[in-house]
Amino acid sequence: MATAKRSARTLKVAPVLELKGMKKRYGGKLVLDGINLSLAEHEVVCLIGASGSGKSTLLRCADLLEPIDAGQISLEGERVAFEDRSADATRRRLGIVFQGFNLFPHLTVLENVALAPRVALGLIPAAAERRAKELLKSLGLAEKAREYPDRLSGGQQQRVAIARALATEPKVLLLDEITSALDPVLVAEVLETLRSLALSGMTMLIATHEMAFAADVADRICYLEDGRLIEEGTPEKIFGAPHDPRTKEFLRRVRAISAPGAKRRAGTRVKRTVRAKR
Amino acid sequence: MATGSARKGLLVATLSTLVVAALVAYTIGSSPAWPEVQKAFFDGRYFSTSLPKVAGAFFINVQLFVLAELLILPIGLLIALARSITAPALAPLRIFATIYVDFFRGVPSILIIYVLGFGVPALQIDGIPKEPFFWALVTLVLIYSAYVSEVYRAGIESIHPSQERAARALGLTRVQALRYVVVPQAMRRVIPPLLNDFIGLQKDTALVSILGVVETFKQAQILKAASFNFTPLMTTALIFLIITIPMTRLVDRLAAKDRNAQLGGTR
Repeated sequence: MATAKRSARTLKVAPVLELKGMKKRYGGKLVLDGINLSLAEHEVVCLIGASGSGKSTLLRCADLLEPIDAGQISLEGERVAFEDRSADATRRRLGIVFQGFNLFPHLTVLENVALAPRVALGLIPAAAERRAKELLKSLGLAEKAREYPDRLSGGQQQRVAIARALATEPKVLLLDEITSALDPVLVAEVLETLRSLALSGMTMLIATHEMAFAADVADRICYLEDGRLIEEGTPEKIFGAPHDPRTKEFLRRVRAISAPGAKRRAGTRVKRTVRAKR
Repeated sequence: MATGSARKGLLVATLSTLVVAALVAYTIGSSPAWPEVQKAFFDGRYFSTSLPKVAGAFFINVQLFVLAELLILPIGLLIALARSITAPALAPLRIFATIYVDFFRGVPSILIIYVLGFGVPALQIDGIPKEPFFWALVTLVLIYSAYVSEVYRAGIESIHPSQERAARALGLTRVQALRYVVVPQAMRRVIPPLLNDFIGLQKDTALVSILGVVETFKQAQILKAASFNFTPLMTTALIFLIITIPMTRLVDRLAAKDRNAQLGGTR
């Protein structure tokens, strides 16, 4: 009996990342109001919602970069928290990429990527460098290894930031509107990188304004408004037949910004790149 | 066009400078007591006899400020880091560092030199050195470490918090983030104000003459007392200028370069 129960429990695979009742306050304002969200292994979830809806805060809290006021965060079934002594070690198992790249300007591209393996994981420099080179090669940046970040285009910088976040071999990659600061012509190369990461099985939580991309790459879409998860579901459901009037209204406004007369039928995927104005 | 107006600008600048200089020279030169003042302060004979001695004694000043600068660089950084510690358990360290900086920046240097240079050796504790040079060095290091720690701190705080956050997000500890990301970037910005403080330090080596260290200013005073002529002091002034003016120019150039880099930089 007992063995059966235990095996049943171990069979049920814990989500890679699980947020339960997560609340976050800035001053008096409740920015996250009871977020429940879980990511299974290899799952790609896109967070959509207007600026100020709490997407960035959600990602920063999930990455243990900021304390939360209520709720809990679990990584591979184990509770983790900003306040833990082991928070630094936990952050090595989470990768985050920011809107503004935040590369280290005093280090070369290679050093940017090799820093965390060497310093945080304690690899010997040669091993850290080898790992960084492999990552840069896989992202098509091998020839930029010796350059400084400011010599690179925005798209290249953001891809370096992705390589840097992958360098500690995280279980989940969190991406915070990583194309919002980019020239439209540079967006494609970054999205292509994410697409191939998704194909390779990387578990990802992506905050984005790129609706077409979200519809294409996500297993699940979550619509966020005023710090609450209003609705979640497959891209077909959210973009095709949203249930909640607030989701409908948001998508209507987003589409109104895209090319006038763009025809969309329920159930079809967005063909154009639709970018919400901030 | 542009070169024409630039040449005109240079001409105007040269002319106005010459006119002002001539006026000042005339005013001073035509004052009734100028011949006596000139003899007392700018006597060529005293200048050439005092130069070797005053310049020789300047070697003590050089020793003082070179040793002091080598010690201040790491000590100032440690104090700056102690002041930026946020861990509650280490609050005493932060408080101590704050009091230290407030005290040594707030009290005139000459008083600190008096108290430490005469007071501490007077305690006659075994093993504590009594040499004035040692105490001169200690006081200069203590005073200027306080100033330099503030320069470091401003530099560290000028690095955008997103840099530290990016480092922490990779799993680096706070200390590692400072060591590998924040401090190396702060160092570059800190060089011009740091050199400024070192210019101040180099001049202040003259203050330790009150402890009886025969450095260049003390040597000049000895020569002045023997001859009743102030020219040796002017010799010393000249030697200080030879050291500090190139350094000031260097600071200006570095600061201008820094400004350009920040204006022209992409991010």
